[in-house]
Amino acid sequence: MPGALGLNHFLLLSLVIFSLGMVCVLTRRNAIGIFMGVELILNSANINYLAFAFYGGGKYDGQIFAIFVIMLAAAEAVIGLAVVLAIYQNFKTIDVDATETLSG
Amino acid sequence: MVATTIFYALAVLTVGSSCMVAFSRNIVYSTFALLGAFMGVVGLYVLLAADFVAMVQLLVYVGGILVLTIFAVMLTQGIADVTVSNRTVGLIPPVAVVTIAGAVMAYAIERTGWHLVAAPTPAPTTYGIGNAFLGDYVLPFEIASLVLLAALIGAIVISRHEARE
Repeated sequence: MPGALGLNHFLLLSLVIFSLGMVCVLTRRNAIGIFMGVELILNSANINYLAFAFYGGGKYDGQIFAIFVIMLAAAEAVIGLAVVLAIYQNFKTIDVDATETLSG
Repeated sequence: MVATTIFYALAVLTVGSSCMVAFSRNIVYSTFALLGAFMGVVGLYVLLAADFVAMVQLLVYVGGILVLTIFAVMLTQGIADVTVSNRTVGLIPPVAVVTIAGAVMAYAIERTGWHLVAAPTPAPTTYGIGNAFLGDYVLPFEIASLVLLAALIGAIVISRHEARE
Protein backbone atom coordinates (compact mmCIF):
# COMPACT_ATOMS: atom_id res chain seq x y z
CA MET A 1 0.00 0.00 0.00
CA PRO A 2 1.48 3.37 -0.94
CA GLY A 3 0.33 4.87 2.32
CA ALA A 4 3.70 6.43 3.06
CA LEU A 5 3.86 7.75 -0.47
CA GLY A 6 2.10 11.03 -1.04
CA LEU A 7 0.50 12.51 -4.11
CA ASN A 8 3.48 14.83 -4.45
CA HIS A 9 5.87 11.93 -5.01
CA PHE A 10 4.01 10.98 -8.15
CA LEU A 11 3.48 14.55 -9.30
CA LEU A 12 7.17 15.40 -8.98
CA LEU A 13 8.22 12.21 -10.76
CA SER A 14 5.78 13.03 -13.53
CA LEU A 15 7.22 16.56 -13.67
CA VAL A 16 10.73 15.16 -14.14
CA ILE A 17 9.58 12.88 -16.96
CA PHE A 18 7.70 15.78 -18.57
CA SER A 19 10.81 17.98 -18.43
CA LEU A 20 12.96 15.26 -20.01
CA GLY A 21 10.37 14.80 -22.76
CA MET A 22 10.30 18.56 -23.32
CA VAL A 23 14.10 18.70 -23.61
CA CYS A 24 13.91 15.80 -26.06
CA VAL A 25 11.34 17.62 -28.20
CA LEU A 26 13.29 20.89 -28.14
CA THR A 27 16.74 19.52 -28.90
CA ARG A 28 16.16 16.73 -31.39
CA ARG A 29 16.50 17.30 -35.10
CA ASN A 30 15.42 13.78 -35.91
CA ALA A 31 11.64 13.56 -36.39
CA ILE A 32 11.47 10.19 -34.64
CA GLY A 33 13.43 11.63 -31.70
CA ILE A 34 10.83 14.39 -31.38
CA PHE A 35 8.11 11.77 -31.53
CA MET A 36 9.71 9.86 -28.63
CA GLY A 37 9.78 13.05 -26.59
CA VAL A 38 6.05 13.48 -27.19
CA GLU A 39 5.47 9.92 -25.97
CA LEU A 40 7.35 10.72 -22.74
CA ILE A 41 5.19 13.82 -22.22
CA LEU A 42 1.98 11.81 -22.74
CA ASN A 43 3.18 9.20 -20.25
CA SER A 44 3.86 11.85 -17.63
CA ALA A 45 0.36 13.24 -18.14
CA ASN A 46 -1.04 9.74 -17.64
CA ILE A 47 0.86 9.32 -14.37
CA ASN A 48 -0.80 12.55 -13.19
CA TYR A 49 -4.26 11.30 -14.19
CA LEU A 50 -3.83 8.01 -12.33
CA ALA A 51 -2.27 9.65 -9.28
CA PHE A 52 -5.18 12.06 -8.96
CA ALA A 53 -7.63 9.21 -9.53
CA PHE A 54 -6.01 7.14 -6.79
CA TYR A 55 -5.61 9.89 -4.21
CA GLY A 56 -8.98 11.41 -5.07
CA GLY A 57 -11.05 8.50 -3.85
CA GLY A 58 -10.45 5.78 -6.40
CA LYS A 59 -13.11 6.75 -8.91
CA TYR A 60 -12.78 5.51 -12.46
CA ASP A 61 -12.88 8.82 -14.35
CA GLY A 62 -9.12 9.41 -14.17
CA GLN A 63 -8.35 5.90 -15.36
CA ILE A 64 -10.78 6.29 -18.27
CA PHE A 65 -9.09 9.52 -19.32
CA ALA A 66 -5.75 7.70 -19.16
CA ILE A 67 -7.12 5.02 -21.48
CA PHE A 68 -8.31 7.69 -23.91
CA VAL A 69 -4.86 9.29 -23.82
CA ILE A 70 -3.26 5.92 -24.59
CA MET A 71 -5.71 5.43 -27.45
CA LEU A 72 -4.94 8.85 -28.93
CA ALA A 73 -1.21 8.20 -28.51
CA ALA A 74 -1.59 5.04 -30.56
CA ALA A 75 -3.44 6.90 -33.32
CA GLU A 76 -0.83 9.67 -33.19
CA ALA A 77 2.00 7.14 -33.45
CA VAL A 78 0.47 5.48 -36.47
CA ILE A 79 -0.15 8.75 -38.34
CA GLY A 80 3.08 10.39 -37.20
CA LEU A 81 5.30 7.53 -38.24
CA ALA A 82 3.46 7.18 -41.56
CA VAL A 83 4.15 10.88 -42.20
CA VAL A 84 7.80 10.38 -41.21
CA LEU A 85 8.12 7.50 -43.67
CA ALA A 86 6.47 9.57 -46.41
CA ILE A 87 8.88 12.46 -45.70
CA TYR A 88 11.79 10.04 -45.84
CA GLN A 89 10.66 8.79 -49.24
CA ASN A 90 10.51 12.34 -50.59
CA PHE A 91 13.54 13.97 -48.94
CA LYS A 92 15.76 10.97 -48.11
CA THR A 93 16.18 12.44 -44.63
CA ILE A 94 14.03 12.99 -41.55
CA ASP A 95 16.05 15.90 -40.20
CA VAL A 96 13.40 18.49 -39.42
CA ASP A 97 15.83 21.31 -40.27
CA ALA A 98 16.34 19.96 -43.77
CA THR A 99 12.68 19.65 -44.69
CA GLU A 100 11.91 23.34 -45.12
CA THR A 101 10.33 23.52 -48.56
CA LEU A 102 7.38 25.52 -47.23
CA SER A 103 9.59 27.96 -45.32
CA GLY A 104 9.46 31.33 -47.06
CA MET B 1 7.80 0.81 3.44
CA VAL B 2 7.93 -1.80 0.70
CA ALA B 3 5.84 0.44 -1.53
CA THR B 4 8.25 3.33 -1.00
CA THR B 5 11.20 1.16 -1.98
CA ILE B 6 9.38 -0.06 -5.08
CA PHE B 7 8.40 3.51 -5.96
CA TYR B 8 11.98 4.72 -5.82
CA ALA B 9 13.24 1.73 -7.81
CA LEU B 10 10.62 2.43 -10.49
CA ALA B 11 11.44 6.14 -10.39
CA VAL B 12 15.13 5.44 -10.97
CA LEU B 13 14.28 3.08 -13.86
CA THR B 14 11.87 5.53 -15.47
CA VAL B 15 13.94 8.68 -15.04
CA GLY B 16 17.16 6.93 -16.06
CA SER B 17 15.58 5.57 -19.21
CA SER B 18 14.00 8.95 -19.97
CA CYS B 19 17.41 10.62 -19.62
CA MET B 20 18.77 8.07 -22.08
CA VAL B 21 15.91 8.86 -24.46
CA ALA B 22 16.47 12.59 -24.18
CA PHE B 23 20.27 12.74 -24.25
CA SER B 24 21.59 9.69 -26.09
CA ARG B 25 23.26 10.63 -29.34
CA ASN B 26 22.34 7.34 -30.97
CA ILE B 27 18.69 7.18 -32.01
CA VAL B 28 18.66 3.38 -31.72
CA TYR B 29 19.77 3.56 -28.07
CA SER B 30 17.07 6.17 -27.46
CA THR B 31 14.44 3.87 -28.91
CA PHE B 32 15.43 0.93 -26.75
CA ALA B 33 15.68 3.14 -23.66
CA LEU B 34 12.05 4.04 -24.33
CA LEU B 35 11.27 0.42 -23.40
CA GLY B 36 12.65 0.99 -19.88
CA ALA B 37 10.66 4.20 -19.51
CA PHE B 38 7.40 2.52 -20.56
CA MET B 39 8.00 -0.48 -18.27
CA GLY B 40 8.71 1.82 -15.33
CA VAL B 41 5.48 3.68 -16.01
CA VAL B 42 3.60 0.35 -16.09
CA GLY B 43 4.98 -0.39 -12.60
CA LEU B 44 3.85 3.04 -11.39
CA TYR B 45 0.34 2.37 -12.69
CA VAL B 46 0.23 -0.91 -10.75
CA LEU B 47 1.41 0.97 -7.66
CA LEU B 48 -1.51 3.37 -8.19
CA ALA B 49 -3.98 0.44 -8.17
CA ALA B 50 -4.77 0.79 -11.89
CA ASP B 51 -4.31 -2.79 -13.03
CA PHE B 52 -6.35 -2.51 -16.23
CA VAL B 53 -4.63 0.68 -17.39
CA ALA B 54 -1.27 -0.93 -16.66
CA MET B 55 -2.09 -3.86 -18.90
CA VAL B 56 -3.41 -1.54 -21.63
CA GLN B 57 -0.18 0.45 -21.39
CA LEU B 58 1.85 -2.76 -21.68
CA LEU B 59 -0.09 -3.94 -24.73
CA VAL B 60 -0.43 -0.64 -26.58
CA TYR B 61 2.84 1.11 -25.76
CA VAL B 62 5.31 -1.75 -25.43
CA GLY B 63 3.59 -4.09 -27.84
CA GLY B 64 2.46 -1.54 -30.39
CA ILE B 65 3.97 1.94 -30.33
CA LEU B 66 7.48 0.84 -29.38
CA VAL B 67 7.63 -1.83 -32.09
CA LEU B 68 6.30 0.70 -34.59
CA THR B 69 8.96 3.21 -33.52
CA ILE B 70 11.71 0.62 -33.89
CA PHE B 71 10.38 -0.20 -37.36
CA ALA B 72 10.42 3.49 -38.29
CA VAL B 73 13.98 3.93 -37.02
CA MET B 74 15.18 0.89 -38.91
CA LEU B 75 13.38 1.91 -42.12
CA THR B 76 14.61 5.51 -42.16
CA GLN B 77 18.20 5.22 -40.94
CA GLY B 78 21.19 3.45 -42.33
CA ILE B 79 22.47 1.75 -39.18
CA ALA B 80 25.93 3.08 -40.01
CA ASP B 81 25.05 6.79 -39.89
CA VAL B 82 22.76 6.77 -36.86
CA THR B 83 25.19 8.77 -34.76
CA VAL B 84 25.33 11.56 -37.31
CA SER B 85 21.60 11.78 -37.84
CA ASN B 86 20.78 12.12 -34.14
CA ARG B 87 22.91 15.12 -33.27
CA THR B 88 21.30 17.82 -31.21
CA VAL B 89 21.09 21.56 -31.60
CA GLY B 90 22.43 23.72 -28.79
CA LEU B 91 21.62 21.96 -25.56
CA ILE B 92 21.91 24.89 -23.16
CA PRO B 93 18.90 27.12 -24.06
CA PRO B 94 16.28 24.33 -24.06
CA VAL B 95 17.59 22.88 -20.80
CA ALA B 96 17.56 26.34 -19.20
CA VAL B 97 14.00 27.04 -20.33
CA VAL B 98 12.74 23.64 -19.19
CA THR B 99 14.54 23.94 -15.84
CA ILE B 100 12.90 27.28 -15.13
CA ALA B 101 9.46 26.00 -16.16
CA GLY B 102 9.98 22.85 -14.11
CA ALA B 103 10.99 24.85 -11.04
CA VAL B 104 7.81 26.91 -11.33
CA MET B 105 5.70 23.78 -11.64
CA ALA B 106 7.46 22.07 -8.71
CA TYR B 107 6.83 25.18 -6.60
CA ALA B 108 3.15 25.07 -7.58
CA ILE B 109 2.90 21.37 -6.72
CA GLU B 110 4.49 21.84 -3.31
CA ARG B 111 2.45 24.93 -2.50
CA THR B 112 -0.98 23.64 -3.45
CA GLY B 113 -2.97 22.05 -0.68
CA TRP B 114 -4.52 19.15 -2.55
CA HIS B 115 -7.92 17.99 -1.43
CA LEU B 116 -7.11 14.36 -0.73
CA VAL B 117 -9.57 11.56 -0.06
CA ALA B 118 -8.47 8.46 1.82
CA ALA B 119 -7.13 6.06 -0.78
CA PRO B 120 -9.25 2.93 -1.13
CA THR B 121 -7.84 -0.56 -0.85
CA PRO B 122 -6.70 -1.73 -4.30
CA ALA B 123 -9.34 -3.82 -6.00
CA PRO B 124 -9.81 -5.08 -9.57
CA THR B 125 -10.87 -2.13 -11.72
CA THR B 126 -11.89 -3.89 -14.93
CA TYR B 127 -15.53 -4.27 -13.97
CA GLY B 128 -15.98 -0.63 -13.07
CA ILE B 129 -14.11 0.63 -16.13
CA GLY B 130 -16.20 -1.56 -18.42
CA ASN B 131 -19.40 -0.30 -16.85
CA ALA B 132 -18.24 3.30 -17.19
CA PHE B 133 -17.32 2.82 -20.84
CA LEU B 134 -20.75 1.46 -21.68
CA GLY B 135 -22.52 3.89 -19.36
CA ASP B 136 -21.41 7.48 -18.82
CA TYR B 137 -18.63 7.37 -21.41
CA VAL B 138 -20.34 5.52 -24.24
CA LEU B 139 -20.26 8.48 -26.66
CA PRO B 140 -16.51 9.20 -26.28
CA PHE B 141 -15.96 5.46 -26.53
CA GLU B 142 -17.71 5.27 -29.90
CA ILE B 143 -15.97 8.42 -31.16
CA ALA B 144 -12.67 6.84 -30.15
CA SER B 145 -13.38 3.89 -32.40
CA LEU B 146 -14.10 6.31 -35.27
CA VAL B 147 -10.81 8.13 -34.60
CA LEU B 148 -8.92 4.84 -34.69
CA LEU B 149 -10.59 3.87 -37.97
CA ALA B 150 -9.69 7.25 -39.47
CA ALA B 151 -6.08 6.87 -38.27
CA LEU B 152 -5.91 3.40 -39.79
CA ILE B 153 -7.13 4.54 -43.20
CA GLY B 154 -5.03 7.70 -43.05
CA ALA B 155 -1.85 5.79 -42.28
CA ILE B 156 -2.42 3.46 -45.21
CA VAL B 157 -3.12 6.36 -47.58
CA ILE B 158 -0.10 8.39 -46.43
CA SER B 159 2.52 5.68 -46.31
CA ARG B 160 1.85 3.63 -49.43
CA HIS B 161 3.67 4.25 -52.69
CA GLU B 162 1.63 5.94 -55.39
CA ALA B 163 1.24 3.56 -58.30
CA ARG B 164 -0.36 5.66 -61.02
CA GLU B 165 -0.28 4.43 -64.60
